[in-house]
Amino acid sequence: MAERMGFFTDTSICIGCKACEVACKEWNQLPDDGFVFEATSYDNTAALGASTWRHVAFIEQQPVWMPDGDPMSHGGPVPHSGPMSHGGPMPDGGSMPHGGESVFEVGRDGRWLMSSDVCKHCTNAGCLDVCPTGAIFRTEFGTVVVQPDICNGCGYCVPACPFGVIDRREGDGRAWKCTMCYDRLRGGLEPACAKACPTDSIQFGPLDELRERAAARVDTLHAAGHTEARLYGESPGDGVGGMGAFFLLLDEPEVYGLPPDPVVPTRDLPAMWGWAGAAIATMAAAVAASFLGGRSR
Amino acid sequence: MAGGGWFLRWPVIRQLRGQDGRGEAARSARTDALRPRVEEADSVARSVCPYCAVGCGQLVYVKDGKVSQIEGDPDSPISRGRLCPKGSASKQLVTHAGRQTKVLYRRPYGTDWEPLDLDTAMDMIADRVLRTRRDTWQQEHEGRVVRRTLGIASLGGATLDNEENYLMKKLYTALGAIQVENQARI
Amino acid sequence: MAECHPVGFQWVVEARYRGAKVFHIDPRFTRTSALADRYVPIRVGSDIVLLGALINHVLENELDFREYVLAYTNASMIVSEEYRDTEDLDGLFSGFDPETRTYDPATWSYEGAPEEAAAGERAEQMDHGREHADMGGPDQYGAGGASANPRPMKDPTLRHPRCVYQILRRHFARYTPELVAELCGISPEDFAELAETVTTNSGRERTTMWVYSVGWTQHTVGAQYIRAASILQLLLGNIGRPGGGILALRGHASIQGSTDIPTLFNILPGYLPMPHAHQHETLDDYLARAGGDTGFWGRKRSYMVSLLKAWWGDAATEDNDFRFDHLPRLTGDHGHYSTVMGQIDGTVKGYFVVGENPAVGSAGGRAQRLGLANLEWLVVRDLTLVETATFWKDGPELETGEMRTEDIGTEVFFVPAASHVEKDGTFTNTQRLLQWREKALDPPGDCRSDLWFFYHLGKLLKERITSGEIDRPLRELTWDYPEEGVHGDPSASAVLREIGGVGPDGRALSDYTELKPDGSTQCGCWIYCGVYADEVNQAARRRPGREQSPEAPEWGWAWPANRRILYNRASADPEGRPWSERKAYIYWDEKKGEWTGPDVPDFEKTKPPGYRPPEGALAEAALSGTDPFIMQADGKGWLYAPAGLVDGPLPAHYEPFESPVRNPLYAQQDNPARRIYPRPESPYNPVGAPRFPYVLTTYRLTEHHTAGGMSRPLAYLAELQPELFCEVSPTLAAELGLANGDWATIVTSRTAIEARVLVTERVRPLRIQGRTVHQIGLPYHWGWGSGGLVTGDIANDLMPLALDPNVYIQESKATTCDVRPGRRPRGRDLLALIEEYRHG
Repeated sequence: MAERMGFFTDTSICIGCKACEVACKEWNQLPDDGFVFEATSYDNTAALGASTWRHVAFIEQQPVWMPDGDPMSHGGPVPHSGPMSHGGPMPDGGSMPHGGESVFEVGRDGRWLMSSDVCKHCTNAGCLDVCPTGAIFRTEFGTVVVQPDICNGCGYCVPACPFGVIDRREGDGRAWKCTMCYDRLRGGLEPACAKACPTDSIQFGPLDELRERAAARVDTLHAAGHTEARLYGESPGDGVGGMGAFFLLLDEPEVYGLPPDPVVPTRDLPAMWGWAGAAIATMAAAVAASFLGGRSR
Repeated sequence: MAGGGWFLRWPVIRQLRGQDGRGEAARSARTDALRPRVEEADSVARSVCPYCAVGCGQLVYVKDGKVSQIEGDPDSPISRGRLCPKGSASKQLVTHAGRQTKVLYRRPYGTDWEPLDLDTAMDMIADRVLRTRRDTWQQEHEGRVVRRTLGIASLGGATLDNEENYLMKKLYTALGAIQVENQARI
Repeated sequence: MAECHPVGFQWVVEARYRGAKVFHIDPRFTRTSALADRYVPIRVGSDIVLLGALINHVLENELDFREYVLAYTNASMIVSEEYRDTEDLDGLFSGFDPETRTYDPATWSYEGAPEEAAAGERAEQMDHGREHADMGGPDQYGAGGASANPRPMKDPTLRHPRCVYQILRRHFARYTPELVAELCGISPEDFAELAETVTTNSGRERTTMWVYSVGWTQHTVGAQYIRAASILQLLLGNIGRPGGGILALRGHASIQGSTDIPTLFNILPGYLPMPHAHQHETLDDYLARAGGDTGFWGRKRSYMVSLLKAWWGDAATEDNDFRFDHLPRLTGDHGHYSTVMGQIDGTVKGYFVVGENPAVGSAGGRAQRLGLANLEWLVVRDLTLVETATFWKDGPELETGEMRTEDIGTEVFFVPAASHVEKDGTFTNTQRLLQWREKALDPPGDCRSDLWFFYHLGKLLKERITSGEIDRPLRELTWDYPEEGVHGDPSASAVLREIGGVGPDGRALSDYTELKPDGSTQCGCWIYCGVYADEVNQAARRRPGREQSPEAPEWGWAWPANRRILYNRASADPEGRPWSERKAYIYWDEKKGEWTGPDVPDFEKTKPPGYRPPEGALAEAALSGTDPFIMQADGKGWLYAPAGLVDGPLPAHYEPFESPVRNPLYAQQDNPARRIYPRPESPYNPVGAPRFPYVLTTYRLTEHHTAGGMSRPLAYLAELQPELFCEVSPTLAAELGLANGDWATIVTSRTAIEARVLVTERVRPLRIQGRTVHQIGLPYHWGWGSGGLVTGDIANDLMPLALDPNVYIQESKATTCDVRPGRRPRGRDLLALIEEYRHG
């Protein structure tokens, strides 16, 4: 197997331009996701899904400016009550997709967080573990890919993903998700999203290298006073055995709509593999025998 | 043995035969054959993004007479291979179904478009230019020679090539048309 | 910048990695603000107050880069006794004629010897104030600015009360942090931090850069916004140096090229002015007035004659003034909005619209469409059926009953265009860099390049012309380009070669200094001279960036002469040494006797710093070795513009033409020279009218492009921003009962449109003159057609036809409006609503 490749998405330099979403769709020739104004900051594609393999979340954390237009008259930093980082309904009736208590104290400038989400290509991938057809496999790059010519649309993978990434496409029925541009990787090219990303917020490379780079970036941000910076998904000790696509976040994962402690539903499966393999082999042999028997008739 | 062949390729079985039950085991023939489609391109043109004025480099891949991919040119010292969402959508810009590829004509007071041959359209336009120019010619204005027409105007977009702007300005000026404007004003 | 030039923004991100501090000044918190170190909200239309206060801060605390200012700017020059400032005349400069609303700039000039040719001309022009005012615009002088006395009286101590430095001090004295708070809504703390950062990051060791886009230009005082930034940057020594400058981020692929080789009414290629009927009867008349005789503009005869030779070839000879009389003459403003009025009035009968969509993209859309509906014929060339092509079929005026298809006599030709990959040619990007595009494939169906269209149209016209005098310019026009490919495309490289210039030996020229005044050279655009040097398409050079220095001189070709930073002589001190090792760029190599560095020196390569011009020298020989601003007649950076602007030698704060606020600085509320069209098709919101209480501004989104013709039909872009929305603060939403995601109607005197509501704290109410001012933001990418997958009302329909008088750009960045919850009325009811608002 070649070196394990991955994504490091540094959200501290994401400008929310969505080039990743478009470059992904152009390369993978995905259908559009409909034309719906979501009234959710600048996000109108809502979530990752069968036809959106990169999704940029927008989280507004802004000071409340009072009617007299002078926040300073309220004495320095204003306690944050912006809707986006608290989740739940907005005062005016809209609802927000992201939840979670922010660690960030909103100063006079406020923040507008943007983050490009993607399939995590987990070390322990629930989708792969439960796929009964073998449509989902682990590539020589350590990534997790669905083979559309094998997928029969059973949908077992959908609830097996702790991030809600993989999904079945309406009218097609099969399950789709990011392939980390497997075809491009096989030609020595980087994935379309990482190539397009104007600020290099999305970085692609050998996972080990990316982890080192990410750790250094966190140190830099901490030194600059951004103590809220942290990595998400880089640790092999997490509930999915480490993510092949990990993130630098500036707030709690929930703020970005990410589960704080994702656990693959099939966590114990690898340990059980020897036992399960034997059991399944017995079963498969029986199934095969019945097939062969059938054919021989 | 035909039966053994398909049996061994059955993904569940292949998974089971693999070292860890995953990885190499489950690949289909289609998967094995995957390559980036840009490798099959008949030609690659080095171009420039048509949207904003940053001037990002684009590589335009053509296969069987059609654009098969447009992506950033890593050689460009301006963009280093990167593109914004508009630049990344450039293939759709040049291939989308809404592009008009035929001349259309609306006659005065007409209620719908009519088809028109390109050569005929060019002839008709040339006729109108000369007629309007003759009808509205000003040799003098307020006692000064102006040799111009105020009857013909032009407004160009700022995605025009330099060469195109040049021929436009050259031709209009020779015709005496002065109300020649561009997005660059706006 | 992150919003509209995302890939360019990578360099800002890089700069921040290296410690640069980024301020973002904008009425809204945008995607750029998100990555800035400090976001500073501002009321639209108040930028001269902010910039003026920064200038005042620099002057009052003597924080200017004195050595640079003394050597390279006109700070020490003495201005005429006749000059009166806005501080003296309550918002007017001397020379204003209230009848015509124009300035005679004669009194703005330097005090100088009357025998100077330029001064003599000024005296003559004094008698013709109106004519002079007409001629006062920057375009009338070309890129070099006005002809000014190159050697006026000076006071190097900067103490003379009429020296530029002291005039500046008095002029900006009332631009204080308190005024900034009152008019811009920027707190004194924010201002102090900005002022401190800008000044401490300027000088020998450091530079500060200002970046702007149409947020600075689309105002009735737009040119003066840029002037204000220029003054600040010159005072701080930030022009002509790496990391300095004022960068215009232009919004279209070749909008810079469209200005350099203009399809603009008032200039010829290379910023040569179009001749004016009343001033320019002969070539000599023209050259006498078109800019100075000193500096590189002093070679204007060579530039102009070479252009005439490129256009009229052998027919252009010394005896016939090189066919100067073939050029049609201007008699005033023939700009876009005047043209539209001409359409409504019936003087303009035929209209070519080429890759542009004024029915959606221009201010006051209804007037645009009224004009289109009154044409005899209209030719539209585009990729899709833009609204400008289909207004007669489905325009908004049909819904209101103002137009009926069967009453519209306009004959319309839609002639489809080739896309950027279906033709070769050059774009000039925002850094003046020409980049050649290779053609990838032939265009489909009837689609053709605009080069094909105009070349073949020209051929057809030339076939049909008579032997009459009116047709002579067309008959004699050089129009021979090799044809290529299945459609007979004219060779774009042959056209580029003509633009780049050819010498007497028939070989491509390498530099504009090779152009001759005698007709032996021809060149279609003198600033592009050399783009085909050595018979090589220099714009097509593509040595990878990673194999070159950061300047990447072998990627494409930048005008002029492949220089990447203009006026880079200023990156060295007067003696030619780098101001500091950190900021070394172009410097004098005494041993070699030449200027050197990583860029092409924007200076004569071997002119030593110690050079002093002899008496009576002309062109560049008249500039000393310490004059970096080589296009200026005096080689200096102009803190004060003694001529060249029609609305004053210095920027002064005027309110937008439509403003909710009174100008507290002067009795003069708005730009006295602004250009408006007071007629029924162009109604205006009265200043301070309670029925238009909110400030409205427009802008672009990353996901769309201008009027939308290149983004709305694309599924991958349309899904990202599918609907027109207005951004409002939660406070205003609560006040008006606007619900997030619901509809709002925005009203001005022009019309009412509807938009979805996006409630966001990124739009902040500001406290202006003691009261709350709400700003509303509207992106302007939507329309009803263009093959769009998404539709929406047209934001530009709301905007007024009020123009900057220097450059005729409309004020679409600052106006007033009302906002109402819910959708707009339909049909006649819409007209009734507008009628109500117009008459209060």
